[in-house]
Amino acid sequence: MKTSDLKNDRKESVLSLIGLKPEPSSGEWPVFTSAITAGFPSPADDYIENRIDLNEHLVQHKEATFFLRVQGDSMTGLGILNNDLLVVDRSLPIEDGNIVIAAIDGEFTVKQLVHSQKGYMLKAANPAYQDIIVGPEDDLEVWGVVRWAIHKLWP
Amino acid sequence: MALVNRSIALVDCNNFYASCERVFNPALKGKPIIILSNNDGCVIARSQEVKDLGIKMGVPWFKVQSLAKYHRISTFSSNYTLYADMSNRVMKIISEFCPDQEVYSIDECFLDLTGFKHLALTDYGQRIRSTINKFVGLPVCIGIGASKTLAKLANHLAKKRSFFDGVCDLNTVKQDALDGLFSEISVGEVWGVGRRTEKRLVELGIHTVLDLKRASPRALRKQFSVVMERTVRELNGESCIPLEEIAPPKKQLICSRGFGAPVFSLSALSEAVTSYITRAAEKLRCQRSVAAQVYVFIHTNPFKKKEPQYSPGRLVPLPEPTDDTRMLINTALAGLRSIYRPGFAYKKAGVLLDDLSPSGQQQKGLFDNMGTLQHSKSLMQAIDRINNAMGSGTIKFLGEGLEKQWKAKAEKKTRCYTTRIDEIPVAYAV
Repeated sequence: MKTSDLKNDRKESVLSLIGLKPEPSSGEWPVFTSAITAGFPSPADDYIENRIDLNEHLVQHKEATFFLRVQGDSMTGLGILNNDLLVVDRSLPIEDGNIVIAAIDGEFTVKQLVHSQKGYMLKAANPAYQDIIVGPEDDLEVWGVVRWAIHKLWP
Repeated sequence: MALVNRSIALVDCNNFYASCERVFNPALKGKPIIILSNNDGCVIARSQEVKDLGIKMGVPWFKVQSLAKYHRISTFSSNYTLYADMSNRVMKIISEFCPDQEVYSIDECFLDLTGFKHLALTDYGQRIRSTINKFVGLPVCIGIGASKTLAKLANHLAKKRSFFDGVCDLNTVKQDALDGLFSEISVGEVWGVGRRTEKRLVELGIHTVLDLKRASPRALRKQFSVVMERTVRELNGESCIPLEEIAPPKKQLICSRGFGAPVFSLSALSEAVTSYITRAAEKLRCQRSVAAQVYVFIHTNPFKKKEPQYSPGRLVPLPEPTDDTRMLINTALAGLRSIYRPGFAYKKAGVLLDDLSPSGQQQKGLFDNMGTLQHSKSLMQAIDRINNAMGSGTIKFLGEGLEKQWKAKAEKKTRCYTTRIDEIPVAYAV
């Protein structure tokens, strides 16, 4: 393919992206207005499926889903690293063992919610950090359940 | 009279703007919050704590600034990007509960629950309420009544009387109990009764909702208008105002804003007017209308009485109705040049697109160039699509200016937590 072809290709794909096809300039209108089929019809026509859309897979309840950014490394043991993108679904029921976003001291924190005999605990997944025991007087607000942690591997 | 008593619900978010800020900033829980208008001029939203302090809606910020400091009130510039997204989420969640929905404003919507009467509607309301609270963290109250006016009153009761626990269905209240409730609410709380109407009603001896309910609709129609007659009928359980599930297109579109700092030059005013008209033109195309006239106006600051005042405006007709931003900009700027006078400190500018009609219904002119019209349509479509897909302002007219030094103040705006990937909230793992 020549460089000029490549350029034209790109130009056309940009135009089709925004829903515009390049218009032929006046004097170049074709004589026939209906298209003429030429060549062999694609054998794949009947097998076309929609391409995978990550939005559909990562987000189940659009209205209740929010994204948060991780800061810190207290959850590395569960594969949640500094700077990861969290997909948080507020519509999910909160269950024992869930990774949750909790509001503590006016900030959001990401921890594992664990129920024990002593009550609820927000568990870190890194031995360097302490767990937070939630006492009966403490006002624990679980903001949402973390459904996915997305980790960037290549800039 | 209607054969079946209708069940109209009004779902209304409590202190919507302040509540939105709280969802993303847990430190604000239980703390007083004030939201300021565009340009940080006035108080436009308050949390309950601030309402309890007696700070009124709409007061200029400078008048309550020291009070706010004393009470440690958290103050924010309005973050409409965030509020709009949260509003869309709330409305979508509600629509799953009832197909007949009229989105009445950014934080309230009417539902027609008449077909849901086999359910206990108070319980159904509580389900809507708890779902919204769980999904997006916003508190709402729900009022149900046989008409929109009654639904509004029911909502007022649901908010003010803890007895109702956030959901009040007036259809379940017995007639004499209802009259008892209505005798305790002043007539000014009725939907559509403004301050001036309230004054006139009080002069006629109508002080409470009950007084208005028992008034003669015909007599009031003569004194006021057919609107007041409808209100009385609605208070008596007759649904007269239908649900508008599809918002009718607007007849006028306005875009005006105050400047962050006074503006003196024609060039800065031109930038502002170009920006506002661009925004108005986007809204115009969004509702598939064309405008036949453009009104452009500029203001000095009326609060600075010692400074010379000049507040002109001008209506400029377009050669033919259009939705083409370029045409609208040229027309508005021509209007601006004709009213601009140097030597004044301008505080505000605005544009109004007037005489709107559905696009595509215009009579074609004898000398119209069809090619040019088609070209204009394609160009505007392309601009709108790019800006929709890649963010507002991705492609814009240079006349809007690059620096925008006149731009409104929004010094205390929180981030766009839900619409910009680099502004999402932080979850600490520490």
